[in-house]
Amino acid sequence: MKLELGKIHIKDVQFADETRIKDGVLYVNAAELSAEVLKDDRLIGCRIELARPGESVRITPVKDVIEPRLKMQGPGVVFPGVMGKVTQVGEGVTYCMDGACVITVGQIVGFQEGVIDMSGPAADYCPFSKTQNVCVVIEPKEGLDTHVYESAGRMAGLSAASYLAKTLKDQTPDETTVYETKPLFEQAAQYPELPRVGYIHMLQSQGLLHDTYYYGVDAKQFIPTIMYPTEIFDGAIISGNCVAPCDKVTTYHHEHNPVIEDLYRQHGKTLNFMGVILTNENVFLMDKERHSDMTAKLCEYIGLQGVLLTEEGYGNPDTDLMMNCKKTTQHGVKVVIITDEFPGRDGKSYSLADVCKEADTMISCGNGNIVIHFPAMEHVIGMQDYIEMQIGGWVGCKYDDGSFDAEIQIIIASTIANGFNKLCARGY
Amino acid sequence: MSKRIVHYINQFFAGIGGEDMADIAPEVRDGVVGPGLALKAALGEGYEIVATIICGDNYFGSNIEKGVVPELLKLIDACKPDGFIAGPAFNAGRYGVACGTIAKAVQDELHIPVVTGMYEENPGADMFRKDVHIIATKNSSADMRRSAPLMAKLLIKKLENQEVLGPDEEGYLPRGIRVNYFNERRGSERAVELLLKKIAGEPTYTDYPMPVIDRVAPAPALKDLKTARIALVTSGGIVPQGNPDHIESSSATKWGKYSIEGMDHADKKDFMTIHGGYDRAYITEDPDLCIPVDALRNLEKRGVIGKLMDYFIATTGTGTATNSAKRFGEEFVPMLKKDKVDAVLLVST
Amino acid sequence: MVKEIDRAGIPVVHICTVVPISLTIGANRIVPAIGIPYPLGDAHESEEKSYEIRERLVTRALRALTVPVEEQTVFESDDF
Repeated sequence: MKLELGKIHIKDVQFADETRIKDGVLYVNAAELSAEVLKDDRLIGCRIELARPGESVRITPVKDVIEPRLKMQGPGVVFPGVMGKVTQVGEGVTYCMDGACVITVGQIVGFQEGVIDMSGPAADYCPFSKTQNVCVVIEPKEGLDTHVYESAGRMAGLSAASYLAKTLKDQTPDETTVYETKPLFEQAAQYPELPRVGYIHMLQSQGLLHDTYYYGVDAKQFIPTIMYPTEIFDGAIISGNCVAPCDKVTTYHHEHNPVIEDLYRQHGKTLNFMGVILTNENVFLMDKERHSDMTAKLCEYIGLQGVLLTEEGYGNPDTDLMMNCKKTTQHGVKVVIITDEFPGRDGKSYSLADVCKEADTMISCGNGNIVIHFPAMEHVIGMQDYIEMQIGGWVGCKYDDGSFDAEIQIIIASTIANGFNKLCARGY
Repeated sequence: MSKRIVHYINQFFAGIGGEDMADIAPEVRDGVVGPGLALKAALGEGYEIVATIICGDNYFGSNIEKGVVPELLKLIDACKPDGFIAGPAFNAGRYGVACGTIAKAVQDELHIPVVTGMYEENPGADMFRKDVHIIATKNSSADMRRSAPLMAKLLIKKLENQEVLGPDEEGYLPRGIRVNYFNERRGSERAVELLLKKIAGEPTYTDYPMPVIDRVAPAPALKDLKTARIALVTSGGIVPQGNPDHIESSSATKWGKYSIEGMDHADKKDFMTIHGGYDRAYITEDPDLCIPVDALRNLEKRGVIGKLMDYFIATTGTGTATNSAKRFGEEFVPMLKKDKVDAVLLVST
Repeated sequence: MVKEIDRAGIPVVHICTVVPISLTIGANRIVPAIGIPYPLGDAHESEEKSYEIRERLVTRALRALTVPVEEQTVFESDDF
């Protein structure tokens, strides 16, 4: 499967009468965009706001972040099974709005939505402090069930992204990258001298607010499967979850999965990237046992010599992480884990809820419990009403001037456990 | 004016005597004594060891309960120190424990920078490495020449509020404290490189060495269920409606004690769950799914158990630091003992 | 928490869904629960059936407290 990703660089975002891209600037007709979002009758309000790097702006509670992408050639649509028919994706040509994002914002569904600061100390930790953001601030109908509201919020972001993506059509990419993974035997034969490497991608699937979708299927309902890596660049996986904000794998992060990007970077040079194994993090021990067995089996079956392993969330998914690591290692496959750490505010507790001796090579994405100060911002997109309840905050953490203290786990994707960031923890 | 340093040593390093003199009570001498000379040289100008506190190792060990620490703190405080050095104790076990204990006490009570030093296998090392900076020494005093400058340098950094780097750079025993920094490369890129090393059989590393988790011996079995007083504890985040103690939905820093007196089940009118780590819909509807008050009450009525205690204890398990969970246990166990609880059911989600 | 209770000499049984975590942290008497969103009972069954499951697990846990153990023990069935 071969996919060409054409990136159109966006350096600014502005309101205008016509939604379009010109000279690297994304112009947005707010009325048109909000009308698009409000086609969903579960929502009664939608306000569009813009946020740019360096501004004194805070965005919260953030539900998801999405990069608009458009399928130019090849089968299917971006976000298949969700924004269009279910059709196999991952082949052909796709355009990306590089540097611009849709951010969905609105009153909280659970405790798990996060904060994005466009400047100040918290901005160092957040990838979306550096992007041009179109914020979709939604207001749900009164009395919506939480899971219905969650679904409405999820769809609002995807609709907004699909609407904006249409502007990519007449653009010429600033940058083009071609990714290709062949069918198994051919791929193995292409670089026989290089180690065969794969990626075990654990999708969050813990139930309400903790779900991920693959071609529209709730990940907790599938058993481990194999995916061509290019499928993910076409939005085959979307985030429906709001786990602790810091390690939320947003839809943007699926579109930009760093492990897949970095494995492709070495593909044909130092390694042979064979494919991705998708598995989940279910709430029943039987599922954990069965799916880690299957994941390990698939690694062996497709002849991998090494795999990278990532999780989303913390707590009981650490057990899935360890089971996958242990069983895959026992099948003779070398494993490197990427994850983040929660050793408490003093950094002295164990970093993970579960451990195993096979987890002897781990890449850290940082300690999510570190407390920092979030200075007041001139403008808040959304509302700060929930800061004390959001994960990372606590009762009394907020000050009258609009500033607050919180653990960095309140920041969207600050310690995202797939190695997207440079943040890391070490023993002192 | 020079910064004032106080140095703590035992009877042996003070030249008073060995094992036979280990019972001597604390005394204060002006200026440097014994190993203080090497430290004085290493500290250099601007820092003065104004006093040396000497205490016998056995005296220290056998008087911990009787107040040797406050006694020493008083002597140290009277010297108006800016900084404090204990030892180094090298591989002397009791001396190591004394150095760790007093260094921690000075740090916590007098709020001044402290440094001590000992050999990695000194029992004091594992007891105090998380709390104080312990310069890693070799196992004999011949290492003083190497370790004194390290101790002095680290203390000066702390006194001058300079950044203390990691254990490799500064020479202290890793404290197991996880500190953030920005690496030059993103995690996924480092992971790919590390995996290739592992496949090739080359030396590897890990950002997080797997911890060795301590074990506790099982408590003896309950002799008689029929008379037993049973308490219910949960990490499932069940709290009274409104969450009166503001227990966090993740990374809890506290626990609560809530009444179930006279209740024949846990009703959703009374209780809610604030746990941020699972789908709360089911337990919200029926809290008995997490705190089985109905079942225990029935078993109590049928005489299977003696008594269900009138309260349960709750916190949130997800993301909660293991040391916090340990502290919660330490805080509520005395209450369970006082209330003559015979056994505990602990339910986790 | 479970270790502090054991350490104090009060027998404790850990009813938990994710048994591997319980084994890792060092609980000694362990009874596997049904699932994370409903450890004791089954929300997809009738209320009677769900209660039955709960009482059975609670009874197993209580019995586990009366069993002397030397090492970490998982009480998987009522057969002990």
